[in-house]
Amino acid sequence: MSELLLQIDGKEVTARSGATILEAAASVGISIPTLCHHEKLEAHGGCRICSVEVDARGRTSVVAACLYPVEQDLVVRTRTRKLERIRKSLVEMMLAHAPDSEVLQSLAQEYGADRDRFEKEISFCIHCGLCVRYCAEIKKKNAVGFIDRGPRKEICFIPEIAARECWECKECFPLCPTSALQAAFVLVKALTFPSDAD
Amino acid sequence: MDTITIDQIIDKHQCEASSLIQILLDIQSENHWLPKEALERVSEKLDVPMSQIQHITTFYKSFSLVPRGRHEVHVCMGTACHVRGAQRVLDSVTEQIGIGPGETDVDLKYSLETVNCIGCCALGPVMVVDGEYHGNITPAQVAETFKNYE
Repeated sequence: MSELLLQIDGKEVTARSGATILEAAASVGISIPTLCHHEKLEAHGGCRICSVEVDARGRTSVVAACLYPVEQDLVVRTRTRKLERIRKSLVEMMLAHAPDSEVLQSLAQEYGADRDRFEKEISFCIHCGLCVRYCAEIKKKNAVGFIDRGPRKEICFIPEIAARECWECKECFPLCPTSALQAAFVLVKALTFPSDAD
Repeated sequence: MDTITIDQIIDKHQCEASSLIQILLDIQSENHWLPKEALERVSEKLDVPMSQIQHITTFYKSFSLVPRGRHEVHVCMGTACHVRGAQRVLDSVTEQIGIGPGETDVDLKYSLETVNCIGCCALGPVMVVDGEYHGNITPAQVAETFKNYE
């Protein structure tokens, strides 16, 4: 593995080739906010909150730090006006779905996001896919998945698998940046075993 | 739908997980909808998790997880058809086969669906039954058309 030299927020950073900007930044203590990232899982690039500005091949572009592989002499900026505006809007949009999420609220405070900018459409889920990917990649049970698409996309447990596997596991619950997951599971539990509901 | 037919369809596609959508489409065209048992069989044979099949079948509008009739009726409600009386055609169809848009009758004979444009506006108002186009159709002709379907 060859070492590459790049610059993040003015700091010189060495990283092995194949690493992402997010990993390189973490190695020198620069924190980039993330929501859908989990070190044990494949990068997803779904939440876009880790967007950073890079100067590569003569142009500046905004990329997802959790997916973008480091390059020699890459110049990365993790905090600019433009990025703050992007992150603020993203947080505002996600807050419309999960207004009470603590993770989102602390991000909102950091970036000055207005909780009530967009009309509330409370689904609790911000489609980070952490639970779905964790169940598929780590546990290999595939008990939870996405259904439908666009504004109607949501997570859904497969009742047969959930009834067998989820009681003992529940490892995906703490991963959820909102409380959507737990709610969905409780719903399945209620539907699968109506007598247990009370 | 029996397992043998499903297995035949799966085998036709060499049991390849990459042919999942094609297999589902074949089952759908054979059976008009996708029963849970069929999806479980596909999941087992192709070694594709059920969550993924569920994701795909709910993503595409052409898949149906609820029973559908043998004959698929589409009435175009696009702008061109609309101004040429699509609503009256739809009313007439509803009266004729006894079901509203999005519904299937108890005998599983017809499923009715409205669509927003099928791309042949010059023929409006248009009704499509099992892929057969009936252009410039009048409410009076609707009854005649349905006599040909068993």
